[in-house]
Amino acid sequence: MGSTTDVSSRQNGPALTQEEMERAYKNMLLVRRFEEKAGQLYGMGLIGGFCHLYIGQEAVVAGIGLAMKKGDRSITSYRDHGQMLVAGMTARGVMAELTGRSGGYSHGKGGSMHMFSKEQEFYGGHGIVGAQVALGTGLAFTSAYKHDGAVSIVYFGEGASNQGQVYESFNLAALLKLPCLYVIENNRYGMGTSVERSSASKDLSKNGAPWGIPSRKVDGMDVAAVYQAAQEGMEHCRSGKGPFLLEMETYRYRGHSMSDPAKYRQRSEVDEMRRTRDPIESLKAEMIKHGIDESFFKTVDTEVKATVKDAAEFAETSPEPDPSELWTDILVGE
Amino acid sequence: MASPILMPALSPTMTEGTLARWVKKEGDTVRSGEVIAEIETDKATMEMEAAEDGVLGRILIADGTADIAVNTPIAVLLEEGEDASAADALDLSAKSSNTASPAEAAPAAASAQPASPQAPVAASTAHIAEPEWGETAEITVREALRDAMAAEMRRDEDVFLLGEEVAQYQGAYKVSQGLLDEFGDKRVLDMPITEHGFTGMAVGAALSGVKPIVEFMTMNFSLQAVDHIINSAAKTRYMSGGQMTCPIVFRGPNGAAARVGAQHSQCFASWYAHIPGLKVVAPWSAADAKGLLRAAIRDPNPVVVLENEILYGKKFPCPVDEDFVLPIGKAKIEREGKDVTLVAFSIMVGVALEAAEKLAEQGIDAEVINLRTLRPLDTETIINSVKKTNRIVSVEEGWPAAGIGSEICTVAVEQAFDWLDAPPARVCGLDIPLPYAANLEQLALPKPQWVVDAVLKQFGD
Ligand SMILES: Cc1ncc(C[n+]2csc(CCOP(=O)(O)OP(=O)(O)O)c2C)c(N)n1
Ligand SMILES: [Mg+2]
Repeated sequence: MGSTTDVSSRQNGPALTQEEMERAYKNMLLVRRFEEKAGQLYGMGLIGGFCHLYIGQEAVVAGIGLAMKKGDRSITSYRDHGQMLVAGMTARGVMAELTGRSGGYSHGKGGSMHMFSKEQEFYGGHGIVGAQVALGTGLAFTSAYKHDGAVSIVYFGEGASNQGQVYESFNLAALLKLPCLYVIENNRYGMGTSVERSSASKDLSKNGAPWGIPSRKVDGMDVAAVYQAAQEGMEHCRSGKGPFLLEMETYRYRGHSMSDPAKYRQRSEVDEMRRTRDPIESLKAEMIKHGIDESFFKTVDTEVKATVKDAAEFAETSPEPDPSELWTDILVGE
Repeated sequence: MASPILMPALSPTMTEGTLARWVKKEGDTVRSGEVIAEIETDKATMEMEAAEDGVLGRILIADGTADIAVNTPIAVLLEEGEDASAADALDLSAKSSNTASPAEAAPAAASAQPASPQAPVAASTAHIAEPEWGETAEITVREALRDAMAAEMRRDEDVFLLGEEVAQYQGAYKVSQGLLDEFGDKRVLDMPITEHGFTGMAVGAALSGVKPIVEFMTMNFSLQAVDHIINSAAKTRYMSGGQMTCPIVFRGPNGAAARVGAQHSQCFASWYAHIPGLKVVAPWSAADAKGLLRAAIRDPNPVVVLENEILYGKKFPCPVDEDFVLPIGKAKIEREGKDVTLVAFSIMVGVALEAAEKLAEQGIDAEVINLRTLRPLDTETIINSVKKTNRIVSVEEGWPAAGIGSEICTVAVEQAFDWLDAPPARVCGLDIPLPYAANLEQLALPKPQWVVDAVLKQFGD
């Protein structure tokens, strides 16, 4: 316990099965195309406020998604569209929430940053940086209390990892041996501040070490590496040994939100990442090497495009919430 | 099939922008995600990325064109291999007027939902300038706040600014633009996302000899630090029998912005105004912003400055005098009237002034008080006005329960009961978390008509 092994890429061991590769590819492509469409709808004024896209980080949710079992819970920040789609929430319901329509998961009352699904055990969608870490620890508390065998996946950014409540949560989870998989999505920037300028810790994967939380640093652009690490972490949690921490080295291609001019990094840095590390292209190349036929990609491409187009049409035509919705859902029983 | 590329909305408050530069030329092949143009929004220059693969068939709006409404077609995207003449087949005329309002310019699908909800404010409504300060110049509230900090930092070496994205990024809302260049990174400090920690650190620093300005990216995030604002900053002077002083400013945008949902849209006026040991100001105009922020920085006490994001880009006349400062604790009569007193602060001053114009059309002459300071409250100005008009309506964006309006009405009843011809009334935001949906958000925040209705009710209509 308490040891951190640096793993910048996947360990030797079985790579993904063909079925897993196909699932991961579909999920990543769905998230990518969904987010591109969301960006377009924002530009048209159909989505308002803040809208944080997940483009570039798809391997993280896709890899963890492969390792999740039914009943596992998840929670994240406002950069939440990818988590929701992989958790099994519908593209229609998510997109309609982005446009603020009655067909959205929160009937249009939550928006991009605040969405939930009790059915898919997805607990949000949180606008306050770091809040989900304590809340996610509470999701794991329930599992320990009820012995329900579930693991709670708690996603947060490297920027959020500086918040005090993160460390209060680490202490609690270790003390109470909670089945909590903490996932730091280190995409190198918190808004315009690079990780070097925000954190004195040089290795975020070791941030749980004082509490003896075992961890791995993972190539978050490689879906197989993510899957492998997630399996290890979740097994640890499920066996009653307490929390586990994964630091995902990932990257966001777009600005922090739709209104970020992103002057804090060179365009070439983004282009280089896209060209050499893109999680979808990398997996595709590997699948082709494994002899998966070109027709598979064509079919998935067509299916995903159709799903996203359908979601966008639904989101544009779903009616706005009825004014009576203003006064519903404030308290139970009223 | 050829399709139009529309002027995108690139921020929650953008309704129009300037096409600074085309990065791609007519005939260039573009890939989804590639930068095709640079667009200047109300806050910054943004790169516009292609949303689809294709060929830039025709550019409709030239480099440097300003005031292009969101959703105006700016170019035509062709499919690879398609002839440029395919652009002719597109009907671009209906949406291509530069002068159309954003709502009119929006495509039919979006018509139920304007690109940017109209801000409930009329910054241009005539109001009495600062007569004693002479000459004025039109500046934005954003510039006024920046100028106030710069002026005080020049005056006093102990004043410094800290917060998230205040230095290199020039402020998440560009309020601290240029300050890093002028004052360097010793006095303009980027903080990690650690509000509780850096606020506590700043309070400790203030107690021991320096004068921090703490910027919260929005006041919503001051909740992370509220313990230090109340338990550490506000109470230490009292608990130390007057030995300690805590000269610190906590500032940031407060209240609803545009479509950012319940966790990012909350008014903290009554929260902070409740606390002995704090002063609280809430500027509306650029003059308010500059004068009150300068006073807040000079004040030897902890002062909370509640700004407003929607007002940041609004222009107002502001005194140019280098010594311009406003007193904390003094309200301003923005419009004189004899029939009813409207009391408002921050963005609601604009709503009250608009309501006053509407009331004037019906022969009711409203006096509008801009509170400027919420703690200590200028009860004298309020009471004197009520004694003249015999009616009072408070207007605030926040919730009704235990709000600023509750306090105003109580003051009127306690101190001017015999002068009142009608029960004091409150206009407030609806008593609900702010919804995201465009239509619901519009229904949840006070409008001039709500004020008119409250006044008419007092007149028995
Ligand atoms: C408590 C709090 N402080 C500040 C903000 C404003 N804010 C929103 S996102 C963000 C950056 C977060 O960066 P990171 O945790 O790295 O996540 P990423 O956006 O990169 O996914 C900031 C400062 C907020 N929402 N909540
Ligand atoms: Mg980050």
